Amino acid sequence: MITAANMKLTGYRRPDGRYGIRNHVIILPVDDISNAAAEGVASLIRGTMALPHAYGRLQFGEDLELTFRTLAGIGRNPNIAAAVVIGIEPKWTDRIVKEIKKTGKPVAGFSIERHGDLRTIEMASRKAKEFVQYATELQREPFPVKKLCMSTKCGESDTTTGLSSCPTVGRAFERLIKGGATLIFGETSELTGGEDIIESRCVTPRVRAGFRDMFDDYTNLIESQGVDLLGSQPTEGNIRGGLTTIEEKAMGNIQKIGRCRINSVLEPAVEPKGAGLHFMDSSSAAGEMVTLCAAAGSVVHFFPTGQGNVIGNPVVPVIKLSGNPLTVETMSEHIDVDVTGILRMEMTLDQAADHALDVLQRTINGRLTAAETLRHDEFVITKLYRSA
Amino acid sequence: MKHGILLHEAQDDVGVAVMDLKKGATIGAVTLEGKAAGKVRLLNTVPLGHKVAMRDLPRDKPVIKYGRPVGRAVQPISRGMHVHTHNVKTLRWSI
Repeated sequence: MITAANMKLTGYRRPDGRYGIRNHVIILPVDDISNAAAEGVASLIRGTMALPHAYGRLQFGEDLELTFRTLAGIGRNPNIAAAVVIGIEPKWTDRIVKEIKKTGKPVAGFSIERHGDLRTIEMASRKAKEFVQYATELQREPFPVKKLCMSTKCGESDTTTGLSSCPTVGRAFERLIKGGATLIFGETSELTGGEDIIESRCVTPRVRAGFRDMFDDYTNLIESQGVDLLGSQPTEGNIRGGLTTIEEKAMGNIQKIGRCRINSVLEPAVEPKGAGLHFMDSSSAAGEMVTLCAAAGSVVHFFPTGQGNVIGNPVVPVIKLSGNPLTVETMSEHIDVDVTGILRMEMTLDQAADHALDVLQRTINGRLTAAETLRHDEFVITKLYRSA
Repeated sequence: MKHGILLHEAQDDVGVAVMDLKKGATIGAVTLEGKAAGKVRLLNTVPLGHKVAMRDLPRDKPVIKYGRPVGRAVQPISRGMHVHTHNVKTLRWSI
């Protein structure tokens, strides 16, 4: 049996003491209009990766704070060796640079105004070249499970996720938590019908109240829009896969945390303090949720899928698990962990967890996931409301 | 494979088809722990992943899966019927 004690993990130790399992040099635009310059640098300098996105201008309040926290959190993520930040003007660029700098890793900011794209690209490229040469000399070293921070979220769920891939992750999480790992889950809307179970797992009344507040906020938002989620929860894909109601979907979803207790609740894109399982208030849309986990410092992600969600993330390797025989047969290039044996009663949950942890270990040690090889680099900022 | 229907809990009202199941066939059900849960004669064709009623359910009865209510019957359901959005609705967002 694979346990936290016998897993052999290697990664890159960052100056803040956290461990990354990838070693990226990113070119991070602060705003949509800096995407072109960021992509310019990435196309010039081998070993860099641009992270273009759609936002960062004229946002305000909580929405702006979340965008800042997401961008800074991505730069801070231990899978990032060094970061070049490019924004249209220096002030907001510096905000992101300062947050990333707190980790001690190399970071540099450039702004386009008074230089233009071409001169900015030249200056940023010289710095990016330096960062790549720094990063490529870093070596992997062994690290214990207690230094691992990872996340989970499922997608294109169906009845098979609740029977197989989600409880497989739950069983794997139970073993990792014993080794002191830091684990993140979320998907506020998809707990509807099982929120009492989540409450019962919170370690203190304060954590429970925090969760209840987040859940009520979400419910109030839905009601304030004068709508219900019958059209989108469950989704058309969920329904095609046999899920009938949001309660049924929630019960499947909750299997991912096994019998673990919940140590804290986190605002979106906030790094957890301390080991154990943490609930993060988050959308259930796969691209948004995995990006928020990346910003919170998760270095690898378990993604159970039924009908076959193909999501990936540029910073965090996404490991797909499926127990749906039709999906594993027709979409095999997307699936990392095949647990269809559970439905055939040929595989126990403990055997499935062994399989998942074996693939987790190999992924941590450098093997690319299906989503990484297929260039699934979905980087999606959660937008809370419209810009000014 | 000796079974075609899988149940989370022995007392659940519905089980999940683990393969495409044909109307008229008699199919064995088991729980996730491997405990036999009887045989069901199918009144409808049920695709892989969709649910089969394990017992008769009167209209408005909560439907139990994972040992918990996950919806309510909006029409009478007979043992062996396909159970999905046409005959079960959420207990939330009641409209």
